[in-house]
Amino acid sequence: MSDKSTDAYWKANVRIITISMVIWALVSFGFGIVFRPLLAGIPVGGTDLGFWFAQQGSILTFIVLIFFYRSYMNKLDKEFGVEE
Amino acid sequence: MDQFIINLIFVGGSFALYIGIAIWARAGTTSDFYAASRGVNPVVNGAATAADWMSAASFISMAGLIAAVGYGNSTFLMGWTGGYVLLAMLLAPYLRKFGRFTVPDFIGDRFYSQTARVVAVISLLVMSITYVIGQMTGAGVAFSRFLEVDNTTGLFIASGVVFCYAVLGGMKGITYTQLAQYCVLIVAYTIPAVFISLQLTGNPIPQLGLFSTHTGSGEPLLQTLNSVLMDLGFNDYTGNHGSTFNMVLFTMSLMIGTAGLPHVIIRFFTVPRVADARTSAGWALVFIALLYTVAPAVGAMARLNIITTLWPQGIEGEPLAFENKPDWMLNWERTGLLRFEDKNGDGLIQYYNEANPPARAIEEGWEGNEMVLFNNDILVLANPEIAQLPGWVIGLIAAGGLAAALSTAAGLLLAISSAISHDLIKSVINPAISEKGELLAARISMAFAIALATYLGLNPPGFAAQVVALAFGLAAASLFPAIMMGIFSKKMNSTGAIVGMLVGLLSTVLYIFTYLGWFFIPGTNMLPNTQDNWILGISPLSFGTVGAILNFAAAYITLALTKEAPAEIQELVESIRVPKGAGAAVDH
Repeated sequence: MSDKSTDAYWKANVRIITISMVIWALVSFGFGIVFRPLLAGIPVGGTDLGFWFAQQGSILTFIVLIFFYRSYMNKLDKEFGVEE
Repeated sequence: MDQFIINLIFVGGSFALYIGIAIWARAGTTSDFYAASRGVNPVVNGAATAADWMSAASFISMAGLIAAVGYGNSTFLMGWTGGYVLLAMLLAPYLRKFGRFTVPDFIGDRFYSQTARVVAVISLLVMSITYVIGQMTGAGVAFSRFLEVDNTTGLFIASGVVFCYAVLGGMKGITYTQLAQYCVLIVAYTIPAVFISLQLTGNPIPQLGLFSTHTGSGEPLLQTLNSVLMDLGFNDYTGNHGSTFNMVLFTMSLMIGTAGLPHVIIRFFTVPRVADARTSAGWALVFIALLYTVAPAVGAMARLNIITTLWPQGIEGEPLAFENKPDWMLNWERTGLLRFEDKNGDGLIQYYNEANPPARAIEEGWEGNEMVLFNNDILVLANPEIAQLPGWVIGLIAAGGLAAALSTAAGLLLAISSAISHDLIKSVINPAISEKGELLAARISMAFAIALATYLGLNPPGFAAQVVALAFGLAAASLFPAIMMGIFSKKMNSTGAIVGMLVGLLSTVLYIFTYLGWFFIPGTNMLPNTQDNWILGISPLSFGTVGAILNFAAAYITLALTKEAPAEIQELVESIRVPKGAGAAVDH
């Protein structure tokens, strides 16, 4: 494999990691903590959406993120011919 | 049947299972011992990782911590799960590709420096040994409460069982025992939660029950909880009563600390392929989430149950009388973790917030809160008794608590013994050691680590609780940034990495000691541990994030002033970045 395609593979990887990290921070630090007052108007079972994200939603999103990253990278590995 | 016999059957049965697995999965090579020959199915590895990760703190303490504070302690839920996203994307696949056995192995080779390796070994030993103390004391509590043996006997039994499967089987034995332990602990945690959720809300799924209607009051469960707490003068459960800034920093410290814990990282060396490391991190989080999404429900529901036990006719009615205390209160009073005191001598238990007493307390002249001690660790263990569930559920909880403590202890002991036999003896002291000699050294250091852990469990330093904060702070401030830069910054050189690790390590230790006392000795702190005295309002427990930032900054400044890493190291980093060519076990 040429250095050029290694670079392209790595760039694509860093890009998808960055996008995932933004979502990761948004659901936990964002919805769960800092932006909670902004979401206070959205009721969820006796409390508000921010509370739900802090105690349930962020964890569920984390799982989705990892499995999304996994299948994205499996595709990327094949595309660049770097799979094992 | 007597409760003691039931507990004995559950605990004894689970222990027999673990020892059976140990005999079946004996380790014959160092690759077996350190990494289970990289032959572990990613889903199995996910479950083993979950058991390894979920310690006595997750199983016994976490729901109690959430129950005590409410929303503010959501930090533990987000922090201890968010770290797996970092592991899956930033660390695990590349470390698996690198194909060595330990974390100091990676740091030593990537930064081509024995000094870097030794700094990593020291961080690892401090973290893992402090962590192990907590597991052994947790196992001791579970033993003394459920098996009615004294703490010492309990600890010796626990050490004996761990010795069997950890020394015999190494990572191979530990992995398959952890799989069994995961099953025991998740069943033990979920069953009482399902029963309690059904009782309170009619919904069998605790994650949904938490947001459902409370059948007793017809109002949403969380609103009911908020209003009874406020009637007693406490803060409401769902509100934010702390500093948002520290909540963010603390969550972040737990996340990067989790990703930097060596006993978690080494689990990803056991899977066959790089792609499996990603899959395995996902499954680990699924298995962890099964407990972590139930925990907030357990916390809120148990808090409500305890209040209704103490105020059976509501806050305006007559409180529980001392002579009517249920059995679980009497049992836990004997352990010293729960205490009542009839301050006004009326034979009734008035439980309320004496710092902010409700109107009725002043009118009737109550003389203070009479549930004077409720240790958070009781909550999960006493939960089935509080909800009046059948005896076998209590036996299950006992086995589950021990599974959680022992599985984590075994993982930590493996990290400790491999750091000694592989990173110190094989890499630094005697590189000529034979495979057989190294395996023997690994087993001896494992036995030594178990003896040390038992000793520390029997004589726990008074500061055990604070030390866990130190373990996370160190992982966040020293190992995580070093590993990440090793992968993502091709040019990072050895001087930069060493300076970074030392800056992260020392700043974190100094900040914690300044407020909590030198080596946690009470009275030696230089500043009082209150928010006004913290620099920029940063709590010592949240400092790991700052330490990590300082580590990155110091490393990049040093890199700018020194020569970048040599060409062959940069090539090594490029090869780590692509999955192709990951071999089986590679030794050097």
